[in-house]
Amino acid sequence: MEVSRLRVLFLIAFAATALPGCAMFRDDEPEATQAATVPAAESGATTVPADDSPESKPIIEPQVERRTIKRAKIDTEDFEIGAYFGVLSIEDFESHTVYGGRLAYHLTEDFFIEGTLGQSRAGRTSYETLSGSAALLTDDERDYTYYALSLGWNVFPGEVFIGENRAYNSAFYLVAGIGSTTFADEDRFTVSGGFGYRVLPTDWLAVHFDVRDHVFDIDLLGEKKIVNNLEAHLGLSIFF
Amino acid sequence: MPRWLRALTLLVAFFAAGAWADDDELQKILIADPFIELHTGPGRGYPVFHVIERGREVLIVKRRTDWFQVRTDKDIEGWVPRDQMVATLLPTGEPLDLQEPSRENYMSRRWQGGIMAGDFAGASLISVFGGYAFSDNLSIELTLNHILGEFSNSASATLGLMHVFVPEWRVSPYFTLGTGIIYTDPKSTLVRAEDRTDQIGYVGGGLQFYLTRRFMLRSEYRNNVIFTSRDDNEEVDEWKYLGFAFFF
Repeated sequence: MEVSRLRVLFLIAFAATALPGCAMFRDDEPEATQAATVPAAESGATTVPADDSPESKPIIEPQVERRTIKRAKIDTEDFEIGAYFGVLSIEDFESHTVYGGRLAYHLTEDFFIEGTLGQSRAGRTSYETLSGSAALLTDDERDYTYYALSLGWNVFPGEVFIGENRAYNSAFYLVAGIGSTTFADEDRFTVSGGFGYRVLPTDWLAVHFDVRDHVFDIDLLGEKKIVNNLEAHLGLSIFF
Repeated sequence: MPRWLRALTLLVAFFAAGAWADDDELQKILIADPFIELHTGPGRGYPVFHVIERGREVLIVKRRTDWFQVRTDKDIEGWVPRDQMVATLLPTGEPLDLQEPSRENYMSRRWQGGIMAGDFAGASLISVFGGYAFSDNLSIELTLNHILGEFSNSASATLGLMHVFVPEWRVSPYFTLGTGIIYTDPKSTLVRAEDRTDQIGYVGGGLQFYLTRRFMLRSEYRNNVIFTSRDDNEEVDEWKYLGFAFFF
């Protein structure tokens, strides 16, 4: 009986000193990046090495699991950046390809603000073609660039189905905005509006089809008039 | 392909590469509601296809507006609205702090940006602004204006201070004062037309109307003085009829 009590005491003393000591070795392991890991260093380092008498130490060393506290760092993907390519019909000046870039910020699931920057080139008027001479604009003046700051509204969010097993998120949206058009070497205040359709093949990629009307005043052909320049484009954008 | 488009393509590729997040860095949360519903998309109308009951842990993959994409331990991914996420817990047992801007704490939001439209001495005005608030009342604001008129086009950049008198009011007036530069480019049809850059100073006031969550409407008047190189300075009234601002 005497022997076994001593043995118990010895075992307890051994456990009290050796277990925290063991924890020291866990220090060597690379610390996992998971939020709920045990910082073993603290419990191990505060323990005195195992050569003291059993009386000077508590019998049981509480080994509290400490979790490294990590605040929510959630990846917010409210911005969308992309490029587009399409056709722009410039009133009196034929239709030409247009390409541009687009940056959008999604305010809510319903609304977004959008900035677009596009570039195209004007062709020749019917008058220029028919008369065979007298170019109205120089080559540089035929460059057509615009920007627009718009507010968009996802009117009909939904899903599109391709076959039986695939569904992609989509939205039909309306946009309206203001901006400026540089054409014939002058900037003009431009109001634009239109609609678009967006399909998301993955959560971060969107394919757009957009139709826009750019409206501004111009007095290039003598008298001042309102022109409507219609644009249709296909675009690709990424959420980030 | 012009250079800027090429740069844009590169930028897109860069963000595409960043779109793949590492699993280890995702926030783990504990469901505290009886259950949360997973929608197929980030919108109220998307169907619910899965539920996760209380006590289960999920990873937050990303957030889009008020929706959170979560991933279960069985690799099922779906979208959860913010209302349901509010009741979830961190692994430490604390509630998940989404730091949501609302009427009560929108003042503590430091950054603000927005767009305004109006009239600058008869010309159309497009204005983009961004501000940083030092305190609840006082902020510094950078404004970029594009002024499109019949006889001339201008662009201006101004930096000023803005003082909101009672920020906790839903409709609250403010005072603004600042300076900047204005570049004027008269239209080619004009005689004696020359480009010029002048300094500009302004004093003004406005109203901000708190809409909801992080959004505000703004309306502003500025009295500008353009310090021209001629004998007289020019005084210009600037009305920004309506603007839209948001906090972030």
